[in-house]
Amino acid sequence: MELYIFDGSLEGLLTTVFECYRRKSPAIKLVTEAFHVPDVFDPGYRVISDRAKGKRVWKGLCKKLGKEWQFRFYNAFLSEQPETYQHLLNLARYVIDHPSGACENFAHPDVLAVSQTAQKVHREKHRMEAFIRFQKTGDGIYYAHIEPDFDVLPLLPEHFQNRYADQRWIIYDLKRKYGLYYDLEKTEEIELDTAPQMSIVNTLPSGLLDEKEELYTLLWQDYFKSTNIQARKNTRLHVRHVPRRYWKYLSEKQG
Amino acid sequence: MYERIREKLGILADAAKYDVSCSSSGSNRKNENKGIGNAEGTGICHTYTEDGRCVSLLKILLTNHCIYDCAFCVSRRSNDIKRAAFTVEEVVELTMNFYRRNYIEGLFLSSGIFKDADYTMERLVRIVKNLRHEERFNGYIHLKTIPGASDELLHEAGMYADRMSINLEMPTETGLKLLAPEKSHAEVKKPLKYIQNNIIRFESEKALIKSVPKFVPAGQSTQIVVGATPESDKEILYTAHSFYQNFSLKRVYYSGYIPISYDARLPAIGSQPPLIRENRLYQADWLMRFYGFKVQEILNDFHPNLEADVDPKLSWALRNLDQFPVDINTADYYMILRVPGIGVSSALKIVQARKFGRLYQYHLRQLGIAFGKARHFIRYADSPVQLREYEAGHIKGLILSESKSKYKKNPLNQLSLF
Ligand code: SF4
Repeated sequence: MELYIFDGSLEGLLTTVFECYRRKSPAIKLVTEAFHVPDVFDPGYRVISDRAKGKRVWKGLCKKLGKEWQFRFYNAFLSEQPETYQHLLNLARYVIDHPSGACENFAHPDVLAVSQTAQKVHREKHRMEAFIRFQKTGDGIYYAHIEPDFDVLPLLPEHFQNRYADQRWIIYDLKRKYGLYYDLEKTEEIELDTAPQMSIVNTLPSGLLDEKEELYTLLWQDYFKSTNIQARKNTRLHVRHVPRRYWKYLSEKQG
Repeated sequence: MYERIREKLGILADAAKYDVSCSSSGSNRKNENKGIGNAEGTGICHTYTEDGRCVSLLKILLTNHCIYDCAFCVSRRSNDIKRAAFTVEEVVELTMNFYRRNYIEGLFLSSGIFKDADYTMERLVRIVKNLRHEERFNGYIHLKTIPGASDELLHEAGMYADRMSINLEMPTETGLKLLAPEKSHAEVKKPLKYIQNNIIRFESEKALIKSVPKFVPAGQSTQIVVGATPESDKEILYTAHSFYQNFSLKRVYYSGYIPISYDARLPAIGSQPPLIRENRLYQADWLMRFYGFKVQEILNDFHPNLEADVDPKLSWALRNLDQFPVDINTADYYMILRVPGIGVSSALKIVQARKFGRLYQYHLRQLGIAFGKARHFIRYADSPVQLREYEAGHIKGLILSESKSKYKKNPLNQLSLF
């Protein structure tokens, strides 16, 4: 088993696939630099991310993977999980070595693992679409910050841009320290110099907010209370739908 | 200064909550005019109430004043409660401000009937027209059809709403007459038919001319209250079935009756709402709509009620053991779908995966089927040799004893779907 080390980028991962064919490595253990513990007896092979090589591999994969699987591959990658990188590498090799359609074999361990991880990432993307609560700032921008388990920000522009086409908005990932800004024309990646802290209450300091913001937060909390039917209370089911770690996003849970 | 609007919202959201429908799915409204919002695909639950129901729409009444006196309804004329009414502008502003903050997918607007049907319907239409035209709002709108409203108003409403609904309330005419003598199923059927015919007409025109506007793109739905009157599950499900058939409904909602009145005709305040029963009805409804079951297979004169302790799919399997075991590696997709413990997505995965080789127990477990339940009904590559046939009671006992802990942990035995 040969040890490969890569930089954790998608380009790096795809370059790794390229390299293991070029160097004819039969079996590979893949780690990211961040997780690599140097070993005197096995320095490993350091993959140097290369755009052209990465592109070639992706093109090759796309020929064999349908749209859905291309999407799954990317989604799983965004999970940032060390074992997923390994599964993705194995999956890429499995797909390249077999005729198209091999991915439908859900009994294959890497196929299953990648599709399950992709599903988890997809679920979190979906949760963000649901649980993000914008606050209107004094200068008319709708702002929200998040701390997702996975790096789902790149998956969000399409949804929010289509829906909120006539308002400017920012969604900021406090964990990864970057965000999306939509300026009525396009969505761009941004970094804020002084990003606010994620507190239990997902809120900006009141000085920054639109004067009506407080009213709508209140009305939403009121609405949430009124729409509940006490006789049906079922906390277990509630928590399954809204895991506690997401409660900090929800202003209606703060009232 | 916030107090007035807060009080109104409190009253009018509270009165609207007994309509359980909160779906925002099934429409196809895109944001093409660079306005705000869209209503495509399956819709999003933005939060969940403490009873675990999805909150995706701002669900309110325009007013809870009502000239009728339906015994099962909190807004009934004779009920001594606070009354309130929103203005058109207030509803528009609330909707827009909630929507822009990503609280909701849209609006579910209903109303008590004040003055008369047309007067009420006209107000509702004014609100949705304003949202679509002035605010360029493309989010989801579910509008209640007011029984007795004129065809012209229904038609106009249909041009702006994504979904329309009108509730049957009680599963049978007799039940309805008992609690709301002024009402009838006939007055529910009339607008349902009118809107259904228009949906069909618009669709056929759309096939010819692309620019034909949308008309109730997410279709119609209705709600049946369960447990207020003594109908059997069979009566309820057969009514639902015939409404699916005759009016092409998208959904029938079953709403366990929440006691809100001391009226002797109704279950007393404080008695438990029939939540398990409601859940079983939803499960049975799914079997009809997505699993290819005929309504007569699920309930019939020999078996008029759903059981509380097993779901309707397992119940069917136990009553039809001659159709089992099903061989996972060879059986038809629809038969695999009938196995207790196997849902739509795992059934699909099974038929895909078995093209690559025979499936063993560990494959099935990985694919996410409820193996403990399914194993009594299937054969797979390494299934153990079975020396004798088990009878239904024995299998049921085994399944129940294995899943007991799960049932016990559930407060009030509220179950999830399958
Ligand atoms: S007409 Fe509607 S709002 Fe009025 S009492 Fe009957 S059910 Fe309630």
